[in-house]
Amino acid sequence: MKPEAATKPAAATAEKLHITGSEAVIRSLIAEDVKTIFGYPGGAIMPIYDALYDFQDEVHHILVRHEQGATHAAQGYARTSGKVGVVFATSGPGATNLVTGLADAYMDSTPMVCITGQVAAHLLGTDAFQETDVIGITIPITKWNIQVTRAEDIPGAIAKAFYIAASGRPGPVLVDITKNAQVAKFDFEYSKCEYIRSYHPVPKLNNEAVKYAAALINEAKKPYILCGHGVLLAGAEKELIALSEKAGIPIASTLLGLSAVPVDHPNYVGFLGMHGNYAPNIKTDECDVVIAVGMRFDDRVTGDVTKYVQQAKVIHIEIDAAEINKIITAEVGVHADAKTALQALLPLVKEAKHDEWIAGFREADKQEDEKVNRRELYPTEGALKMAEVVRLISERTEGKAVLVTDVGQHQMIASRYYRFKDPNTNITSGGMGTMGFSLPAAMGAKMGAQEKEVVAVIGDGCFQMTLQELGTIYQSQIGVKIVILNNNFLGMVRQWQQLFHDKRYSSTEMTNPDFVQIAKGFYIPGKKVTDRADIVAAIDEMISHDGAYLLEVVVEKEDNVFPMIPAGAPIANIRLE
Amino acid sequence: MQKEYTITVYTEDRIGITNRITVIFTRRRINITSLTTAPTEIEGVYKFIITVLAERSLLDKVVGQIERLVEIHRAFVHEEDEVVYQELALYKISTKALKNGSIEKLIRENAARILTITDEYFVLEKTGHQEELIALQAKLAPYGLIEYSKSGRVAIVKWSRRFHDHLKNLSQQEADDLAEVDYTHGQPGSHQEESI
Repeated sequence: MKPEAATKPAAATAEKLHITGSEAVIRSLIAEDVKTIFGYPGGAIMPIYDALYDFQDEVHHILVRHEQGATHAAQGYARTSGKVGVVFATSGPGATNLVTGLADAYMDSTPMVCITGQVAAHLLGTDAFQETDVIGITIPITKWNIQVTRAEDIPGAIAKAFYIAASGRPGPVLVDITKNAQVAKFDFEYSKCEYIRSYHPVPKLNNEAVKYAAALINEAKKPYILCGHGVLLAGAEKELIALSEKAGIPIASTLLGLSAVPVDHPNYVGFLGMHGNYAPNIKTDECDVVIAVGMRFDDRVTGDVTKYVQQAKVIHIEIDAAEINKIITAEVGVHADAKTALQALLPLVKEAKHDEWIAGFREADKQEDEKVNRRELYPTEGALKMAEVVRLISERTEGKAVLVTDVGQHQMIASRYYRFKDPNTNITSGGMGTMGFSLPAAMGAKMGAQEKEVVAVIGDGCFQMTLQELGTIYQSQIGVKIVILNNNFLGMVRQWQQLFHDKRYSSTEMTNPDFVQIAKGFYIPGKKVTDRADIVAAIDEMISHDGAYLLEVVVEKEDNVFPMIPAGAPIANIRLE
Repeated sequence: MQKEYTITVYTEDRIGITNRITVIFTRRRINITSLTTAPTEIEGVYKFIITVLAERSLLDKVVGQIERLVEIHRAFVHEEDEVVYQELALYKISTKALKNGSIEKLIRENAARILTITDEYFVLEKTGHQEELIALQAKLAPYGLIEYSKSGRVAIVKWSRRFHDHLKNLSQQEADDLAEVDYTHGQPGSHQEESI
């Protein structure tokens, strides 16, 4: 291939390029405006990596240390950039290492295209070296997947992959390309996919449903908005706030809906779910109309479904028709993306105030403040607490950093106490609860939003699941700030053991390595803090440092996260201590 | 309450589509009792006819999750009275049984027909509903039934006309509203037969 041909844009030229399937992969990605790929090479994808070599000025490849890291990085990238995250991996173990990330992205509706190499078509099904049925394996955890065995099918498959990943309810897609298809030559042409006859990502809005929803809202005495991830995915934050302000409706957020509404907004009442805030949880038992926007009534939000919002009429605004009436029977389902639905709803909703109803939330907040928040956020003695560290990070970043959390106590604490200001600044593994998510996700988040401060808050257990990605952070010079909240325990499991298993701490205590020393091994500076007196200066040093930095904070060993709704119990059983 | 339901799924013609559909039943721990698939009269569109024993409320959710798949046009749950259906069974019986005159009566009464006869065995065919086919199997057992094989269900939906018209127009339709139309007239289980 001539070097000058390599830099020509793919779709722009009318003349057909006679190129290999591998080059077609790269040119197709460029046509989809892909700038960053997270991946790991191997035998069956080598031709694609060879083609990539000629396009290094146009596509930035981040070499991760494990394929799982590539998927989480692509997820973080997708969430901050709003684009589709792209992953490369080889066949066999490379492909199976994507499974956790695909499942995570599927649960949390994250647009991602994974391209895997596969053994040559004539070897399929023969147990060839590094052959695995990645299509079969990933059917239940991808929005769509396809195996391509001919070079000429590559552009069409990639075009469909991007269309499907990003449209409707977003999700991960996998394209498996056999080695013979990668090396064969054909006449390349690319056109974006805009229509698939069996797929309808933009539903027709049912105006009757919208009218009925508006009537319910207009009659409501205690209307209540539950804001989910769908609000962020549809970019409907302004519309949601406008609805809340016009009709005086309090807004609570799910875990993945966090950051859609600024925490300091007067109508924002807090975080829903098992370890969410007290008021927004108990008030679901009191409201008369629920406006659920882009959320799916996860069991961590509802508790015992048979006791959940029984007294209220539910308006469910949701892009995925299969979610409407799946868990909670809606009085009215509005099958649409959050923005379309809210734009249609807004003019039909009358101006109203529900000051007393909102004041009730503030009243209930006092109990949580008194019993939980004050001592968590402002302790004066004993070991450092996770909540005070999160508070300080929140203050020092003015709530404007992208907060990437892992899974467990630190995740719930960070989600509870970080005071989000801007949309899409909360990145976490919600549906899957994937430990090890945040370090690679933070790398991707930083790549997708270079201008922003990205702070990964990680537990000591989680960190050790994907810490090899420190190598990626060093090699690609990704300036993420890493905070390990170290309690030398798998804290959330220990908390459950304490509360529900008679303090039988079965396999939850961790004998940990020297995390700062590990970072040092990857040439990443760091500091360990154990005393309250040193924490502010350490956080300031981390934030002012130009580049990646690891801060280990040793926190109270046996702290519990409260409030807590025991699993499967009704919300009314929420415990404050 | 668990009942037998017929589910129809209209799909694109693609490798692996059966797998995509069946894993959704597997996740919900629903046992598929029969599955038939064949091309429809519309080019490139396949129809799956699945029978299951389950609760209606659960199946409505399952069908929603099937419809979510990219290559699925629509999926429907049908009550018994919404579909006209048949199943087919083959019965291999020892030829010696023909010497017993009473089997001839049995064949006539059941509108079964003989497909082939060899020195060793003959093969009977019968179409009908599952219960009739199983009943005949039981009756044939004393005559030396060697093997019995039953098909899945084939079904025609009584109210299918509008939906099939839509499917025929698929390729012309740009942003068609196929997914939004309620072909069941909003009343699953109580459809009047469409006049042709």
